[in-house]
Amino acid sequence: MTTARPRPAPRTGAPSEQQDTASQATPSARAARPSRVEPTPATGAQSLVRALEAVGCEVVFGIPGGAVLPAYDPLYDSTLVRHILVRHEQGAGHAATGYAQATGRVGVCMATSGPGATNLVTPLADAMLDSVPIVAITGQVGRKLIGTDAFQEADICGITLPITKHNMLVTDPADIPRAITEAFHIASTGRPGPVLVDLPKDVLQAQTTFSWPVDMALPGYRPTTKPHGKQIREAARLIAAAERPVLYVGGGVIKAEASAELMELARETGAPVVTTLMARGAFPDSHPQNLGMPGMHGTVAAVAAMQKADLLVALGARFDDRVTGDLSTFAPGAKIVHADIDPAEIGKNRVADVPIVGDAREVIGELTAALRGQDGSPDLTAWWNQLNSWRETFPLGYDDPADGTLSPEYVIERIGAIAGPEAIYAAGVGQHQMWAAQFVRYENPRTWLNSGGAGTMGYGVPAAMGAKVGQPDTTVWCIDGDGCFQMTNQELATCAIEGIPIKVAVINNGNLGMVRQWQTLFYGERYSNTELGTHKHRVPDFVMLAEALGCEGLRCESKDDVDRVINQAMEITDRPVVIDFTVGADAQVWPMIASGTSNDQIMAARDIRPLFDDPESGGADEVVTDIEREQ
Amino acid sequence: MSTHTLSVLVEDKPGVLARISGLFSRRGYNIQSLAVGPTEEAGISRMTICVSVDEFPLEQVTKQLNKLVNVIKIVELEPTTSVQRELVMLKVRADATVRSQVLEVTQMFRAKVVDVAPDAVTVEATGTADKLSALRRMLEPYGIREIVQSGMVALARGPRAIAANR
Repeated sequence: MTTARPRPAPRTGAPSEQQDTASQATPSARAARPSRVEPTPATGAQSLVRALEAVGCEVVFGIPGGAVLPAYDPLYDSTLVRHILVRHEQGAGHAATGYAQATGRVGVCMATSGPGATNLVTPLADAMLDSVPIVAITGQVGRKLIGTDAFQEADICGITLPITKHNMLVTDPADIPRAITEAFHIASTGRPGPVLVDLPKDVLQAQTTFSWPVDMALPGYRPTTKPHGKQIREAARLIAAAERPVLYVGGGVIKAEASAELMELARETGAPVVTTLMARGAFPDSHPQNLGMPGMHGTVAAVAAMQKADLLVALGARFDDRVTGDLSTFAPGAKIVHADIDPAEIGKNRVADVPIVGDAREVIGELTAALRGQDGSPDLTAWWNQLNSWRETFPLGYDDPADGTLSPEYVIERIGAIAGPEAIYAAGVGQHQMWAAQFVRYENPRTWLNSGGAGTMGYGVPAAMGAKVGQPDTTVWCIDGDGCFQMTNQELATCAIEGIPIKVAVINNGNLGMVRQWQTLFYGERYSNTELGTHKHRVPDFVMLAEALGCEGLRCESKDDVDRVINQAMEITDRPVVIDFTVGADAQVWPMIASGTSNDQIMAARDIRPLFDDPESGGADEVVTDIEREQ
Repeated sequence: MSTHTLSVLVEDKPGVLARISGLFSRRGYNIQSLAVGPTEEAGISRMTICVSVDEFPLEQVTKQLNKLVNVIKIVELEPTTSVQRELVMLKVRADATVRSQVLEVTQMFRAKVVDVAPDAVTVEATGTADKLSALRRMLEPYGIREIVQSGMVALARGPRAIAANR
């Protein structure tokens, strides 16, 4: 597709020039940062920017405004911290999250007081539920104006109290380096999470001294990372005795960088592995022990394995309701080993027989070591026969739409196949998210980014932007829906101007697809307010919208074109690409466990329910081949 | 449902009370009483929180409280092994005709008169919740004009102390 409109050139040297010094965590890049600074005079704002440099921050996503203006002045001069001017503060927050999820480093976003700060509320809540280490820096009105309903005043610390791991209002400019040190430490250690630092304008303007490093004062913050030896031994004993074990792997394994250790544990136990929505990529999909994703839209094999297990080993997972379904009937025969770095998660939803508090990498490493000390290994042949039979009888799959429209699952599957397991995939929330979790094959951690806990529509584009900034040499795809895309696509302007060439596949079914699916299944096909008009009226025209935002706009409407268009997008590396995949509206996400029902009620496809418990069906292999037609 | 007494050491920082009360309300736990004051250590406050929950949610309460960065230590105090006290001040209608009877009740409860007016006395008492409600019942016939009561404070019996640095 060509256009006469001039394109904004990517900021020359913008990523590359700074990549050399900052964007990759090479030893030399870290060495360029000051490790020790004797007390020197500085304004609060200078102190903030120097602290950000010293703590290792390489990029800030943000928008300036009245109260935070003082901070932007020294930021203009910083050669170590790149600021990326986004179009909406929500984009800044999700970009920081995408950056953090793709790199494992702390993401940083910045906003002014009042509405700037409140626009960060959604990404903060999102990062809280998905335990993502981000630091939000907000301007605040001057100290004398706090509490007076001043212009652009909002009590952002009060507002974000329940949706941050911690937050702080800095009232003394001398405290700024310590506040930044503590914010990064709290965000990135223990169970990671968002931290907000609120800085009144006059604190940023005041004269102070900057020195580095600074001591933290966090007497109440001592995360436990080292697991208790007795608990490890007890867990190993249960694993060694289990006949139907399942390793239930959650996002904590990715956060703890424990994929290599998990591979060892899987090898040692021979047990099946299920990877939750937040853990896709923690364990390779190509590995024969990987049964896929459990939960509401998980594979039949993963769900059935958990229901029939005699032991669940939960590693950095939290027994979320989307995984367990109705709790009282979840995995009824299973003993539970629950390892998590957050003690409050253990026993919150399901009582643990062996609770283990600790960092997933240490826990998994020690579990493997303890298992090696056990005599003999359990025979899992019967269990694997059953698992394989479920897997073979109910594989993930989809049919091409009967009406001849393009299948969204096929599009997503092809993107995954062509871009490959080295690429990073970010998704919005809804049907396309579930298909992206199901039909892209993940082999590596930190390659699947999505909003799992909060289910934040609009997460995809800005998160992909942040991921691309953090991993500039990696292909980054955003698999988005037409609903999600219309919430945050303005960040494509940021991508175009700042030289962040992400690729966006808009899975355009003309509807709020997941909501429509529920209306189909549970509301008598009454489609109240789910039709977006992106098919019927082609409003907006995503190709024209992409062009207007400085991106390449492509469209694909037929199966024969899918590979060609994806390959065309893969070849464009100098600017963002948006593809409008016009797909059928009636495709549904399967398998599905209806909200609030038991995992035993999983439907492999509409009207098809595997019968795990049919006593008449005899042997285990027979059970799963029985398919009942429901009314 | 039973009542549990938590002694919580917190950093004396702005907003810490809001963090704790907010946590209780958003997770659906009921605070029966809450008292907060300084400790022997500068910068550390001690809260005594009475909460009525079952055994299992109590574990969640303490775990969630422990996650707050400003919370340093939490100890549950058992009624049998701790001293638990509340303070009440009651303004009782008492003119010269009944004043001596009111004073008699006051003495029986080892309470004190802290203010007197021609037609009222103000009685101050400390004790367990049971004792204070008994006192109140005894004074009610004379006419109670005003009551103010503190949250419970509690300290474990014996030589051992809860300290922030241990």
